[in-house]
Amino acid sequence: MKVLVAIKRVIDYNVKIRVKSDETGVETTNVKMSMNPFDEIAVEEGVRLRENGSAEELIAVSIGPKQAQETIRTALAMGADRGIHVETDDEVEPLAVAKLLKALIEKENPDLVVLGKQAIDDDSNQTGQMLAALVGWSQGTFASELEVADGKAKVTREIDGGLETIQINMPAVVTTDLRLNTPRYASLPNIMKAKKKPIDESSPADLGVDISARLATLKVTEPSSREAGVIVEDVAELVDKLKNEAKVI
Amino acid sequence: MTENFEDIRSSVRALCAEFPGEYWRKLDAEKAYPTEFVKTMTEGGFLGVLIPEEYDGSGLGLSAATAILEEIHQSGCNAAACHAQMYTMGTVLRHGSDAQKTEYLPKIASGELRLQAFGVTEPTSGTDATRIKTTALKDGDEYVVNGQKVWTSRVEHSDLMLLLARTSPREDNKKRHEGMSVFLIDIREAVDNGLTIRPIPTMINHATTEVFFDDLRIPASSLIGEEGKGFKYILDGMNAERILIASECIGDARWFIEKASNYARDRNVFGRAIGENQGVQFPIAKAYAAMAAADLMVKKAAQMFDAGEPCGAEANMAKMLAADASWQAADMCLQTHGGFGFAEEYDVERKFRETRLYQIAPISTNLILSYLAEHVLDLPRSY
Ligand SMILES: Cc1cc2nc3c(=O)[nH]c(=O)nc-3n(C[C@H](O)[C@H](O)[C@H](O)COP(=O)(O)OP(=O)(O)OC[C@H]3O[C@@H](n4cnc5c(N)ncnc54)[C@H](O)[C@@H]3O)c2cc1C
Repeated sequence: MKVLVAIKRVIDYNVKIRVKSDETGVETTNVKMSMNPFDEIAVEEGVRLRENGSAEELIAVSIGPKQAQETIRTALAMGADRGIHVETDDEVEPLAVAKLLKALIEKENPDLVVLGKQAIDDDSNQTGQMLAALVGWSQGTFASELEVADGKAKVTREIDGGLETIQINMPAVVTTDLRLNTPRYASLPNIMKAKKKPIDESSPADLGVDISARLATLKVTEPSSREAGVIVEDVAELVDKLKNEAKVI
Repeated sequence: MTENFEDIRSSVRALCAEFPGEYWRKLDAEKAYPTEFVKTMTEGGFLGVLIPEEYDGSGLGLSAATAILEEIHQSGCNAAACHAQMYTMGTVLRHGSDAQKTEYLPKIASGELRLQAFGVTEPTSGTDATRIKTTALKDGDEYVVNGQKVWTSRVEHSDLMLLLARTSPREDNKKRHEGMSVFLIDIREAVDNGLTIRPIPTMINHATTEVFFDDLRIPASSLIGEEGKGFKYILDGMNAERILIASECIGDARWFIEKASNYARDRNVFGRAIGENQGVQFPIAKAYAAMAAADLMVKKAAQMFDAGEPCGAEANMAKMLAADASWQAADMCLQTHGGFGFAEEYDVERKFRETRLYQIAPISTNLILSYLAEHVLDLPRSY
């Protein structure tokens, strides 16, 4: 089995996001970037399939600027065999990402594609679903468990109020949820080995995909700051405030 | 631009995220060794960064090693419990025999053997290491060691120890730094056979000890390189040590600056964030500028070291400037936090105590200035 994982370079989850003063987006200059955490989970799942013998090859794909290669190196250091970098400095919307991945699927013929359920920068939660639709494969989204055997994938999905386990035919697209696994960090010897692993370079034009934007961002603003809370004396006061001040009951 | 080792940094960062402030606070209260942290660093192969690939290390230079240590400290962790595993082996690597290298280095790279104790400082000679009194006298195919070391850190968490001892009296040598030799001692065999270790409680959680040698017999094969040249051997290693410690200071400074900036943005007094006052902003900005300048010197020194160029002055300046920058940042961070800076749960007071060490160890600021005065400025030797 051949597994392809898609990974995105995003602002590190530890960074306190700051909105640009002209409200066109968030500040990214001199900001720490790293692999989208859900994608790390995808890579880890791929590496585990590789280690337990289910997969023979694990390919890590990233679409983005030159520096996305660093993110691919991280995946290679975690255990992916090779990387594919589709270079573009433009913002790539989920549909365009899905189209690029479709083009790569046609070239690489993987049996399983694993993606994060969403990227923590734009929280779109669309790419996996769009990709499955474009290639006409089964999909198992929000996976918290994945078992692959006999051409089928058993996916436990995190849904509102519980878990749902489904069985889908391969080839399939799976998107990861937080509890699927705990990603490993790369050891120094593996980081060194990763430097020697190949990364193919291509571009949206090479893959024949038009990535021009279909959405326009009007403005990006800070969430409104939270007001300090108040402590009430007793239940009667609480009920009174809910009724007359907040007017919610 | 030189390489920043982002791949290594991000892995170290991820690893350190597993060891938050609470972890270090608890150890600090118990004065306990960060065993789990050291194990994780070891298993990740990060302590073998400087060991050549032929001995199963990663074969990288000091620039990579500084990235690792800086990142550990920037994450709020402390590398003092294990940084010496990175570089103490340098003396064996540069001056040891092939037999010693093949026997020890691969096991040090894997962490199976810990070589992270280095006995130079003695209670009565202080910084003047040429006046050490510990002796190792040849007796057949053994050396017999007698004397005392102080501030020998991590001996209790090390299998091997590098020791500087006199093999011939100071008076018998033409130059004051001759007549000393370096030995690689197997601590496991030496304890209770002439080696006694006594922990020293200190103002920080730092597994440091005093060690006593009482007719400790070690095989003659413990000698590294030639007899009498030990002081020269350890000097090479000291430049590396200073550059590495400097990178820890840069990491500390970055931690203090980030911590202070976050607090200054969030803390509201007089109806606005304290960070809106220039009186609060300026010390943070100053600390940042000092850190950034020191960082350049650390990077320069590391590059020179890696290129095999003489870098005594740069290594010393890097250590001094970085230690000053981290201390400035520490003081600023405590001040920015006001009373809360004293509360243990903010980690500021602990890091403040920890970073103070670098004004003194492994070399105190005055001695760096004396070095620069003598060797760079051609002023009379003052010490
Ligand atoms: C926590 C800790 C861990 C340590 N770990 C190790 C270790 O693992 N191995 C090891 O060998 N050592 C270790 N040390 C020892 C450390 O390297 C020494 O403390 C340091 O070199 C200073 O020596 P000293 O303490 O004897 O100070 P002294 O030499 O007594 O100096 C005292 C003060 O006088 C100043 N001074 C001395 N001479 C002069 C002069 N000529 N001109 C101007 N000022 C002068 C110094 O700058 C200093 O401020 C450690 C120390 C500490 C505190």
